[in-house]
Amino acid sequence: MLDSIDPFVRFKGVQKSYDGETLVVKDLNLDIAAGEFVTMLGPSGSGKTTCLMMLAGFETATHGEIQLGGRSINNIPPHKRGIGMVFQNYALFPHLTVVENLAFPLKVRKMSAVEVEEKVNKALDMVQMRAFSDRKPAQLSGGQQQRIALARALVFEPDLVLMDEPLGALDKQLREHMQYEIKHIHESLGVTVVYVTHDQSEALTMSNRIAVFDDGVIQQLADPVTLYEKPENAFVAQFIGENNRLMGTVKDVAKGVATVALDNGDIVKALAVNVGGKGERSLLSVRPERCIVASEKTQGLSALNGRIEELIYLGDHIRCRMNVAGDDEFIVKVPNTSGQLGLVIGAEVFVGWETNDCRALDYLC
Amino acid sequence: MPNVIEPITAADGTPLKKKLARALFRSKIRAAGLVLPLFAFILCTFVVPIFALMVQGVHNDTFHTYMPRTAEVLEDWDGSSLPGELIFATLAKELAKTKKERTVGKVATRVNRQYSGARSTFTKTARKAVKMEAPFKNAILKADKKWKRVEFWQAIKLTSQTWTPAFYGAALDYELSLNDGFERKAEKERIHVKLFWRTLVISAVVMGFCLLLGYPVAYLLATLPLKTSNLLMILVLLPFWTSLLVRTTAWIAILQSQGVVNDILVWIGVTSNDSRFSLIYNMTGTVVAMTHILLPFMVLPLYSVMKTIPSSYVRAARSLGATPTWAFLKIYLPQTVPGIGAGGLLVFILAIGYYITPALVGGQSGVLISNMIAFHMKSSLNWSLAAALGGILLGGVLLLYWAYDRVVGIDNVKLG
Ligand SMILES: Nc1ncnc2c1ncn2[C@@H]1O[C@H](COP(=O)(O)OP(=O)(O)OP(=O)(O)O)[C@@H](O)[C@H]1O
Ligand SMILES: [Mg+2]
Repeated sequence: MLDSIDPFVRFKGVQKSYDGETLVVKDLNLDIAAGEFVTMLGPSGSGKTTCLMMLAGFETATHGEIQLGGRSINNIPPHKRGIGMVFQNYALFPHLTVVENLAFPLKVRKMSAVEVEEKVNKALDMVQMRAFSDRKPAQLSGGQQQRIALARALVFEPDLVLMDEPLGALDKQLREHMQYEIKHIHESLGVTVVYVTHDQSEALTMSNRIAVFDDGVIQQLADPVTLYEKPENAFVAQFIGENNRLMGTVKDVAKGVATVALDNGDIVKALAVNVGGKGERSLLSVRPERCIVASEKTQGLSALNGRIEELIYLGDHIRCRMNVAGDDEFIVKVPNTSGQLGLVIGAEVFVGWETNDCRALDYLC
Repeated sequence: MPNVIEPITAADGTPLKKKLARALFRSKIRAAGLVLPLFAFILCTFVVPIFALMVQGVHNDTFHTYMPRTAEVLEDWDGSSLPGELIFATLAKELAKTKKERTVGKVATRVNRQYSGARSTFTKTARKAVKMEAPFKNAILKADKKWKRVEFWQAIKLTSQTWTPAFYGAALDYELSLNDGFERKAEKERIHVKLFWRTLVISAVVMGFCLLLGYPVAYLLATLPLKTSNLLMILVLLPFWTSLLVRTTAWIAILQSQGVVNDILVWIGVTSNDSRFSLIYNMTGTVVAMTHILLPFMVLPLYSVMKTIPSSYVRAARSLGATPTWAFLKIYLPQTVPGIGAGGLLVFILAIGYYITPALVGGQSGVLISNMIAFHMKSSLNWSLAAALGGILLGGVLLLYWAYDRVVGIDNVKLG
């Protein structure tokens, strides 16, 4: 849907190295449409901040081109890019009051005093911080500072806002509340947002699309549902959500279904997503909530023997740790229905799933 | 019901407050014991001597010590006409006594400071006083004709007073006379006020240069990667590891008319061989050498403040649309004000009291008030005047400190 129109932000073959020895970002290609909320998600050190800094203009790309609104911005200094930015530590100017902080980008743009006041008030109302306008940043709580930082990045009405782990320092409850608020503001203003986080639930709840980073490479770029339901490689499958792993060797691939011999000899059929040919190693990925536990084989499902090792009662479901195919970290989320309460530790049962829910992916050691 | 609040008690029944105070008292005693040696040292070698010297600025009992009777009878003298026989007689007796005890020189020097030429009059008369007989008035008047002048007697009466504001007056180029009070000295004798001003101006100029040169260095120190900044820091600290004297004499070698700088200037043709610049033994020499020596005191406080300013502030300002200059002026500079204040105050106060460097490279036009104080301490032995000059300097510094506190706020000063 987004490919038809020209992208608003485009990374084209971007590489970045700080020391001339290792590439922190390797061949980044990413198109972001206007109005989109794109999240860069990845483990620490995967190059997310570096990408953001290149977009903002604080780091130069070693190779490749970054475009904004159709023109290359490689040689445009940060202050001329018109990109709003929320920093991880907020970076509110400590010697200025809240109002002065918000007025800063407007005064730089030589707006009239009336206009400045009007816009500042509007921005303060947007984050519901009107009452704190005369305080210094040090007199605000973390969440309040966060709102001001957000308001400051938006007050000069940029088309693009970058946020580098803006909620990292907040407690869980406040974080969830702010996620909602940021999402809401994004929807009502229609700005393009590039958001960086290493919290996957944050990424899943807020984004239109998520770019999963690892080792300077985008592993998968997709909307949250696709990312969760159809991970394309083993890294994404393991990084997003909970995931059971089974290792094996491909016996045969036919009509999109791979037959895989597990290391203990069991044979399993799985959706061939990202496998090599016959004889290659593969990692099978099954979501815990897509497995069922039964005392006998069910028609139409793949099934393996398993032994229940541990049961954790979580109210809405029971978390069942099992030993399956020699791996005793196999998790099944059993819905809390009346029929399922007969599970006992040590019982020998069958674990089953639909072939389509088991994805044969590349092998990660 | 009466509303009496029972004091909270500890487990053994004693009131908690008392118990706490007793426990704290012991730890306070221990803390006091730790600082006591240094406190005693500072008290004996710093506070007491300074206080004693400050007292000397308004107190001089030389005359009173050696000629106590004369000082006493002079108290009743009206100061307008020549004294009577009683005063002359006392004077003659005590002059003879000081002659015998060989203390007349001290008295003579003291009076000479108030009335130049008095020294010879005193020593001459004392020599004759040994054989003088009544009436003493005639005998003394015959010994030297200065005794006929009322102003001379007025000067003697002034010196006989133990507590006197005369030295503070002299330190500000005012002369004290018995009848007219303070009067400004003649134009060409006014040297102190000029020196005070020069000290202030040179200190301010040195502070300005230190800030100008030190700010970029401190910025580099705070922003460069650790390896490079450590090397740079060693270079900044290097001067501390060389003797002050060595550094100052190095400047003599560099700046003198046959020195490196002049050689280079002649070589590249800025000046000719016979018209070399005089860069030393004048104000230029003092400013250059003092800037060099005081530079670390500016760099270090600035560095410690800049080190705490994360780069994200300037980045935030840039992303909000500020040019590099604007971001520096509006965001970075205001946050370094505590460092500028601390460094500036430190350099200024150190410069105001600087002594060795101006003494070595200052020549005539580059000496500071401290050199004048040293001169009165060591050469002219006029300790009271030295004390008065020092007192005024101290007062000036305190005044500046107060002004700084009012304008910038002293809690804004950050040394580390
Ligand atoms: N200024 C720099 N100089 C040298 N190396 C750097 C610099 N900044 C980052 N790096 C390196 O580049 C890599 C990527 O860093 P980056 O900050 O982009 O990671 P990140 O994905 O934002 O991680 P995090 O989630 O921890 O913030 C890291 O290995 C880091 O050590
Ligand atoms: Mg980061």
